[in-house]
Amino acid sequence: MRKISLANLDALFAAIAAEETLYLPQDTEKGAVYAEWCEGATLSNALNTVRSPKDFFFPQTENLMDFKVEGKSIEIIDTRKECEDFVIFGVRACDVRSFEVLDRVFLSEPVDTYYKNRRDHGVIISMACTRPAETCFCQTFGIDAAAPEGDIVCHKTEDTLYLDAKTEKGETLLARLSALTEECDTSAVEAQQALIRERMAKLPLANLSASDFGADKTMEFFNRPEWKELSQSCLGCGTCTFVCPTCQCYDIKDFDTGHGIKRFRCWDSCMYSEFTRMAHGNNRLTQVERFRQRFMHKLVYYPTNNDGLFSCVGCGRCLAKCPINMNIVKVMKTLGGKDNG
Amino acid sequence: MQEITRNALVEKASALLADGTVGRVLAWKRGEFDYDVTPAVFQTAEELARDLVWNDFCGANFSKYLIKETEKSDEKVLVFLKPCDTYSFNQLLTEHRFNREKVYVIGVPCAGMLDVEKVKKSAEGIASITEDSDKIVIETLFDGALTLDRASLLAERCINCKSKKHTAYDELLGEDGEVLDSARFDEVAAIEAMTPDERFAFWQNELSRCIRCNACRNVCPACTCEKCVFDNPASGLENKAASDSFEEKMFHIIRAFHVVGRCTDCGECSRVCPQQIPLHLLNRKFIKDIDNFYGEYQAGAEVGSRAPIVDYTTEDLEPNEAVERGDDNA
Repeated sequence: MRKISLANLDALFAAIAAEETLYLPQDTEKGAVYAEWCEGATLSNALNTVRSPKDFFFPQTENLMDFKVEGKSIEIIDTRKECEDFVIFGVRACDVRSFEVLDRVFLSEPVDTYYKNRRDHGVIISMACTRPAETCFCQTFGIDAAAPEGDIVCHKTEDTLYLDAKTEKGETLLARLSALTEECDTSAVEAQQALIRERMAKLPLANLSASDFGADKTMEFFNRPEWKELSQSCLGCGTCTFVCPTCQCYDIKDFDTGHGIKRFRCWDSCMYSEFTRMAHGNNRLTQVERFRQRFMHKLVYYPTNNDGLFSCVGCGRCLAKCPINMNIVKVMKTLGGKDNG
Repeated sequence: MQEITRNALVEKASALLADGTVGRVLAWKRGEFDYDVTPAVFQTAEELARDLVWNDFCGANFSKYLIKETEKSDEKVLVFLKPCDTYSFNQLLTEHRFNREKVYVIGVPCAGMLDVEKVKKSAEGIASITEDSDKIVIETLFDGALTLDRASLLAERCINCKSKKHTAYDELLGEDGEVLDSARFDEVAAIEAMTPDERFAFWQNELSRCIRCNACRNVCPACTCEKCVFDNPASGLENKAASDSFEEKMFHIIRAFHVVGRCTDCGECSRVCPQQIPLHLLNRKFIKDIDNFYGEYQAGAEVGSRAPIVDYTTEDLEPNEAVERGDDNA
């Protein structure tokens, strides 16, 4: 484990940014956002960024290819470029887990080359959460806010940043920064971890349990009558899906430029009426079915297809942002009654 | 602090359920946290007693829900409306969007609602929120209790409240208020005073954050098309995300144009925006222009009024005059 005084944080950022593009959470008037580091930028202390870091690997909109039309000929232009190396600093434990959820979708055969390109070139520096919020429930899904995953894991105390490399990518980067950091023992980090775990245990959602949900439970939950009441005031907007770090559905559309086509991919939302519209029409006719789809996907379908892994990471963004305050916690408490009082 | 207590709402609704006046109740339901309130349909007195909430976080405007709710059965729906909600209610009636006979409206006086984003900016890790006359006490998870001025946490639309008067109701709880002389157009005037480049930069900054979640559109009581052009694959406009940065501006400007003369300035668009874009300013610009060009007009002030924009009179100003006066405003 290495450490650096917080007074030298700018030097650390400058050293990273000298070779790779560095992104870190920065405060704006409208909340924290990931932005490129430049001289004078300060690291936000916010718990969560407004948008999740899935943008780095799965952006809201991206060009897949262009078509150029001249007379009767169409030229297909491959717009893919090798991504440059980049580093994301300060990713929370919940968001780091979201990358695993996305990986299982985009890196399984057939591999999504657009996603893989960015994933291969990104280094993730995670940060433990000393001040979790009332909306946090990562522990429900077995995520430890005191010990995030990531290429390098950081713990920030009042005066020091501790860094621990967990992967080859992380070790390479940390080795490059060795002149700025010094070797240290793990006692300060262990003390902080104990504090974090004590705080996590006291959170209002600390006892939320996912034990009733999981793989192969489709028939247990699909026809539950409660879906109707749970979804009754849903506006059918895409806020929950778009602030979610793990929602990964997309659509591919053509944009007519007048003399060609830009074929782009954009996030889609199961909350939208046109989602999964097929030749025969749409099999989810009302918001009840659309609403059910989202939560069944997180809590049952995804685990069924992915060794029991849930595709909610408990970041709490949907709790904070849903216009009508309906969310996965309320769904779990209503449907998964056994351990949720 | 709200003047009417939660119990008054529960008692009133329970009595109307019991005597058969209404079959169900559209009201605010308590959630996991004190600021977490969900619009819900209540069917029994027990549900009302257990879950109904009336506090400083009951911002949701139920008017639009009545379109769907009144279709569900022959029984009347009880709805609680704040003064500003009644303007949307009237506007929807003007547009024949639901049957007035199937609704029982109880007007609730409103002391203004708090902005959850402002609350969260002031306090991290919220364990509980309680009201103490003009103070708000926030118990936090790690920093003890904070006492804040209620006024400092009010939503923008409530700071600039246009009316404490209910424009529609079957029954009122408490006293009705007056139409207010609000400063709601000041920020529009400040944007008008910008140079075109500054104004472009202002909107570029705001609208570039849009994630096209459609929350503004879906919550808007003026957006009641059964099939929105932006959801219609046959329209050629059905883009779920921007294909370039110009598109976001198009979406919001087209939407603002579409609700001209019908937007009551209820402010729900800005309340629900997950990116905190001040979308209401686009609508207010149109309201301000209508007031200037055609005389003051408030959508939803009464049922059946025609907005100047769809009501030709010989006194209407000529287009070139509008352009000239528009230039004076800019």
